[in-house]
Amino acid sequence: MAAAASPAKIPGVATTAYLALAFLYIPILIVIIFSFNANSLITVWKGFTTDWYLKAFQNDDLRRATINSLVVAVSATVLSTLIALMAAIGMRGKVPRAVGQSSSFLMTLPLLIPEIVIAIATMSFFFIIGLDLGLGNVLIAHTVFCIPFAYSPIRARIETLQPSLFEAAADLYATPWQSFRRVTLPLMLPGITSGAMLAFITSLDDFIITQMVAPPGAMTLPVYIYSMVRKGITPEINAVSSILLVISIILVVSSYVINQRKAV
Amino acid sequence: MSSGLVIQSVSKTFPSPTGPVRAVDNVSLTIQSNEFFTLLGPSGCGKTTLLRMIAGLDIPTSGSILLDGQDIAPLPAYRRPVNTVFQSYALFPHMTVSDNIAFGMKMQNKPQAEIEKSVRETLALVRLEDKGERKPAQLSGGQQQRVALARALVNHPKILLLDESLSALDYKLRKEMQIELKRLQRETGITFIFVTHDQDEALSMSDRIAVMEKGNVAQIGTPQEIYDDPATRFVADFIGICNFVKAASLGLDGGEVGFRPEDASFTVGHGMGKGHIRHINYRGAVTHYIVELDSGETITLSEDDPQNVAVNDAVNLVIPQERLIRCGT
Amino acid sequence: MRDVKNPALWLLSPFLAVMGVFFAAPLLLVVGYSFMTQHYPGGVEFPLTLDAYIKIFYDTDFDGNRVFDASFLMICWKSLQLAGICTILCLLAGFPMAYFMATRPAHQRNLWMMLVTIPFWTNLLIRTYSWMLILRTDGLVNNALIDAGLIKEPLELLYNDFAVGVGLLYSYLPFMVLPIYANLERMDWRLIEAASDLYATRWQTLRKVTLPLTMPGIIAGCILVFIPSIGSFLAPQLLGGGQQMMIGNKIENLFGQAGDWPFGSAASVALMAIVMIGLMIMSRRGGLKELV
Repeated sequence: MAAAASPAKIPGVATTAYLALAFLYIPILIVIIFSFNANSLITVWKGFTTDWYLKAFQNDDLRRATINSLVVAVSATVLSTLIALMAAIGMRGKVPRAVGQSSSFLMTLPLLIPEIVIAIATMSFFFIIGLDLGLGNVLIAHTVFCIPFAYSPIRARIETLQPSLFEAAADLYATPWQSFRRVTLPLMLPGITSGAMLAFITSLDDFIITQMVAPPGAMTLPVYIYSMVRKGITPEINAVSSILLVISIILVVSSYVINQRKAV
Repeated sequence: MSSGLVIQSVSKTFPSPTGPVRAVDNVSLTIQSNEFFTLLGPSGCGKTTLLRMIAGLDIPTSGSILLDGQDIAPLPAYRRPVNTVFQSYALFPHMTVSDNIAFGMKMQNKPQAEIEKSVRETLALVRLEDKGERKPAQLSGGQQQRVALARALVNHPKILLLDESLSALDYKLRKEMQIELKRLQRETGITFIFVTHDQDEALSMSDRIAVMEKGNVAQIGTPQEIYDDPATRFVADFIGICNFVKAASLGLDGGEVGFRPEDASFTVGHGMGKGHIRHINYRGAVTHYIVELDSGETITLSEDDPQNVAVNDAVNLVIPQERLIRCGT
Repeated sequence: MRDVKNPALWLLSPFLAVMGVFFAAPLLLVVGYSFMTQHYPGGVEFPLTLDAYIKIFYDTDFDGNRVFDASFLMICWKSLQLAGICTILCLLAGFPMAYFMATRPAHQRNLWMMLVTIPFWTNLLIRTYSWMLILRTDGLVNNALIDAGLIKEPLELLYNDFAVGVGLLYSYLPFMVLPIYANLERMDWRLIEAASDLYATRWQTLRKVTLPLTMPGIIAGCILVFIPSIGSFLAPQLLGGGQQMMIGNKIENLFGQAGDWPFGSAASVALMAIVMIGLMIMSRRGGLKELV
């Protein structure tokens, strides 16, 4: 493919691209930069400080919310990745067309339905069946929502495995279980890791579903941040938000790097 | 210990949008122990499907496959003492060469010391002694092929299956591997069943060949039998070049007669057929002469030594009686 | 793999069970709720009624008369408007960006892909509220403009349609860029060289060759932006001043403060219907391949 060959080069395209990229990142950078602003009037720069981070760590409610978020994220990640892995492998086997098609549809539906609708639907459902597991309610809702995000890299990875590898394993006396343990699983590991990371981020960052579903006392970090934003933006919010942003960025970049490495 | 294979009335039917397709149609043949047996045919003839059924990667729709008298057709692949060298090699990318080769023995829970010894010996057999710790991606195509071979051979299978294993190699390497495979078969005494669409390869390597067409076996025989006495027009046409003309064009009785280009020669004076040279195709070791017979048919004649003829010359042809090919359709 | 029917179905069953019970059932429940009677402040009760759907169009005044009330319809219209503007803006910015990315050398392309995708994975709440920092009266833009002497009074950049639009554009730009980029990457660029060889100017080539070939990607991008942005919640809520400007936050309000679950359910059904229609249009046009 011609790289920026003369006929393909359109003027203004490069500028637009860089401006758009700046547009995408400036708000993120602003939050991070101003979290170090020694001025409680957030948007006027006064000097560098890490005070807000210290204040954030000393905040009990914040700490509790953070722990809740982490507990839910880790559990939801484990469950959703496991379910997604089984589904991905199952889809490669012989399934009746109806089952296969409805599974694919169900897998993409959470990404298509507006989050607010999923939020109120889940909340109503928990209400009517009287589910009252506290943080467990949040965990269930997150698990469901995270499955498609875990599934995508796993599915992408499994598609790259040539079927002849599994035929070779069977030809070499491996039972289906041995074939799975020694060939499928090791080769799928990058996809599984990537899927788990994405599921983790999705759970950690989720707001609207958690807001609707979490009972009082089971607050997560984004819900806490929202309540603070409602009251008025304080610099501690910037500090906490920056931490969340940086965690997400690190995980996404790692996920990319893992997938890029052609370990095969 | 070598084994023979008896394929009895094996058929394989696949469903398809246009109706069921008989990939293998009631095939029966017997492969001797310690034999280099080749399944030869154009793509779609069923040779690979047949091979996969022997390996256990597909189940026959009907028929049985007897290995040392036992029907292995209902057994899954991992319970058959049969190993395959795949066309794409199918080496496990996350394992070293040694681990790849050791895989089969490991799955059978052989003792570690025995595995290490066998792996070393097999690496030496395929001359990759110092490549044990490499990963497949670090090897060349030819080396990967030898690893695939070693991975199968180390298990001392009763039958070794090779599915177009040489097709990804370049010409020179391919010729080398053909000799190598032949040597390995003779040394190990394992029955090799080889699938290819390359008739040169089949003729040069095989003890016996089964030529397949559209799911059926057209002919089974030694390379010589297949070449000199093709049973059907398809076999005659598929193996080497074969000229087919009306018998009358050569002054003979019968409907149709065939002959190989190298069996016909120019003669001075009265021959069996007359014609004019339309094209001379110099190929170095051999020269092809495209001759248009007076009957209007075009044939190819080949000679090793240069002939004193030119384009548009009138020529006479002669073919020894015993080299004529007469077959059914 | 040994393709045996049963293991595959067993492996799929946890997924199907979880999704069936905790995803499909709740959605069906919402549809059911839309036909029930309001029970303030939360929940529903029998009898079954079409009241919720009637509320979409009509209001009941104190005398019990039905009066045509366009307020909810206005919200729907506003949502479609804002989603539409957002889509157009995304397209204007996204197509050049995708084009630029597709003309980069291979190793740079992966980097760009990652850079464009990263914002998507960071917290939407934080990203949305960051615009509050930028657009508010004593926010960064106003401070910069005043300091530069360009304006005397701060501009009203927040708590209006403009802010919501910016918020939506910000959230959904990557959704436009990526499908177009995927399409452009697969395009045969020699066609552009051929057009040039046949005397076409750059703009003619763009109009007659590139754009038609990129149409599936463009359509996919438009649907991927338009549909979700209609149901957006955070942008209108935080940047619109909570004035219930779009369907998303209207639904939240109905299930929260207003305590009218049936109406909220009816609104959700309406929203889901719009989404389904949009998807059907896209799968007809064949843009679905770009999604996955």
